[in-house]
Amino acid sequence: MTENTDKLEQERNESWRAELRNSMPMKDRVAIERVKMNEIPPEERIKSQTCEVNTGLTEEQAVLEAKRCMDCPKPTCIEGCPVNINIPKFIKNIERKNFAAAAATLKDYSSLPAVCGRVCPQEKQCEAKCSYLKMKKEPVAIGYLERFAADYERTSGNTQIPKINAPNGIKVGAIGSGPSSLSFAGDMIKLGYDVTVFEALHAIGGVLKYGIPEFRLPNAVVDAELDNLARMGVKFEKNFVVGRTASFEDLKEAGYKAFYVGSGAGLPNFMNIPGENLNGVMSSNEYLTRVNLMCANCDDTDTPVMHGKVVAVVGGGNTAMDSVRTAKRLGAERAIIIYRRSREEMPARLEEVKHAIEEGIEFLNLHNPIEYLPNAEGRVAKVRLQKMELGEPDASGRRKPVPIEGAIEEIDIDIAVVAIGVSPNPLIPACLKGIKVTRKGTIEVCEETMQSALPEIFAGGDIVRGGATVILAMGDGRKAASAMHDYLSKK
Amino acid sequence: MNKIIEKQQLSETVFKFVVEAPLIAKSRKPGNFVILRIGEKGERIPLTIVDSDLEKGTITLIVQTVGATSAKLCKLNTGDFITDLVGPLGKATHVSKVGTLLAMGGGVGNAPLLPIVKAFKEAGNRVITVLAARNKDLIILEDEMRKYSDELIVMTDDGSSGRKGLVTDGAEEVIKREKIDECIAIGPAIMMKFAAMLTKKYNIPTQCSLNTIMVDGTGMCGACRVTVGGETKFTCVDGPEFDAHKIDFDELLKRLGAYKKEETEAKNH
Repeated sequence: MTENTDKLEQERNESWRAELRNSMPMKDRVAIERVKMNEIPPEERIKSQTCEVNTGLTEEQAVLEAKRCMDCPKPTCIEGCPVNINIPKFIKNIERKNFAAAAATLKDYSSLPAVCGRVCPQEKQCEAKCSYLKMKKEPVAIGYLERFAADYERTSGNTQIPKINAPNGIKVGAIGSGPSSLSFAGDMIKLGYDVTVFEALHAIGGVLKYGIPEFRLPNAVVDAELDNLARMGVKFEKNFVVGRTASFEDLKEAGYKAFYVGSGAGLPNFMNIPGENLNGVMSSNEYLTRVNLMCANCDDTDTPVMHGKVVAVVGGGNTAMDSVRTAKRLGAERAIIIYRRSREEMPARLEEVKHAIEEGIEFLNLHNPIEYLPNAEGRVAKVRLQKMELGEPDASGRRKPVPIEGAIEEIDIDIAVVAIGVSPNPLIPACLKGIKVTRKGTIEVCEETMQSALPEIFAGGDIVRGGATVILAMGDGRKAASAMHDYLSKK
Repeated sequence: MNKIIEKQQLSETVFKFVVEAPLIAKSRKPGNFVILRIGEKGERIPLTIVDSDLEKGTITLIVQTVGATSAKLCKLNTGDFITDLVGPLGKATHVSKVGTLLAMGGGVGNAPLLPIVKAFKEAGNRVITVLAARNKDLIILEDEMRKYSDELIVMTDDGSSGRKGLVTDGAEEVIKREKIDECIAIGPAIMMKFAAMLTKKYNIPTQCSLNTIMVDGTGMCGACRVTVGGETKFTCVDGPEFDAHKIDFDELLKRLGAYKKEETEAKNH
């Protein structure tokens, strides 16, 4: 790591950075208040599934926010970033209005900056390590600035491509086209490899396309990042299920030397309670895929989606928030979160919960579904809820919800969306003889290298973690790319 | 994009397509299916692979016009392209030498049944096939089935071909006549329900291949949930074939109509 620290220090000591630091007294910097994200008003934005809630910072706002960054000698924010972006460097470039250089800095570390600027939980990562917190002040809005720089470049029409090594002719495959694989592909193409990304669906992007709704992450933003990768030379094969369409052996015969499995946690969990297979009860994956990937809410598409006056979404994570806010946009009069713990324990990002509340989402916290009841036609009509209270902390450190005996209520619903997490998709592990999987079905890898029990197979993201964030998945992809490069160089 | 090499009309509403898909042709096994989509606004629907030609790199699909997507597909002609085609998906049929197999096909269910009948015959089994439909015009793949069956019985509701009666009538006669080691029934859910009830009565192990609603077809969405032996299974990754005596057919029948309201609205557009 000393090499990195040296490089960081060297860059910090460049004359422009030093001049910029001296251009404004520290007390003036810390006196600036943290910028507020510009948003479309709730009553306006809930009319459309594709209207992005956050509209980004103006140039003026971004430059002012960038001035808040103290350009610390030991930038702890970088430690909080799973892909170790040189955060002060890109922020200081924004301060001196060299937005293109800010974007280029981001791209040295992340293949999807416009995505990360929107969906990363910065409050738990880089911003959680910002020096401002020690002064009991709000951290620098690193996420907003990341988004600003990436958006600036995208809309400028002058998108740069990072430096790419001369092609080495070595073929590698990335399985799945979500953030983890894309991050891997971006790094490998820079190293000169011949990279192909295989995707089972008809659209590239994985969870960025089928999962996260456009009001949080517009498809155009994802497509622009995909275009960059394609321009860098990454090849994409859609409608291709590795292990089924062609086997790993077939691909090896075709010249592939190693693979990165980033196939995600594609199997939705259900609670296994009575009535869960009634019509009108579905997984968040199904609900969101119908709307996000298949555009089922549009009039001119063939895929149907159920509409209901009362939509209950079970769960407290980001996917639950995405589902319940989607239901509101599809016209639900009541869109309700049912969560077995309290607001404090909710795993969803604070911003998502804030937006949900603004949009009129109801929260039934400390309630847990125990049964779905049908109407005469056999469709779901009611959910029976067990009221809970918080007991002692459990293994996750959160207070465990315990049922309050006899406290049961029923509410009328038209649709229930189950968003209580996902399990690893067994399709790929089942095709790899000799691969080690955990009891939960995740692929076992070496933590440092992401290499599996089969030396030519690396893996990361949700297929290894079981369910995590976009940026952690991207961090795995980067780690795997560097380790695979070492492995193939020694071969 | 997959090119349509050949199109043939099998009945008023049923068409056969031979489609270019060299990788799938190579890797598919009996029982596997594909998911396809017609046009950028199209829906993803599952279809069983009926046959493949390794040399030509093609697969055969048979489709009945029931919804918007199947209607769009049936309007395509030789030389046209299918927008998206992915597979082979689902578990392959477990084919082994069991002795005598009784295969029951209903309507367009004959299409997924054909590769299984062929595989069991090639594995050295005696195969008796009972095909049924409402009338003579709706019986498809009769000649192909005959080729791979030791005996073929045709049943129609109106007696316009073969004998008058249901698939179960023909099957029960065979069961009473000789020892059947295994059954497979593929057709409309209601037909499979009664076929399962029949073979349960005689205690003959039976498989059914389910054609549920699916979106991705790779285990991601769970739209294809079915209760088998009291447990929830995903048809796309755990099936499509299940032990017929353990399938909750009443739930299946309800789930097949989950989007009836939305689909009727779509057709009225």
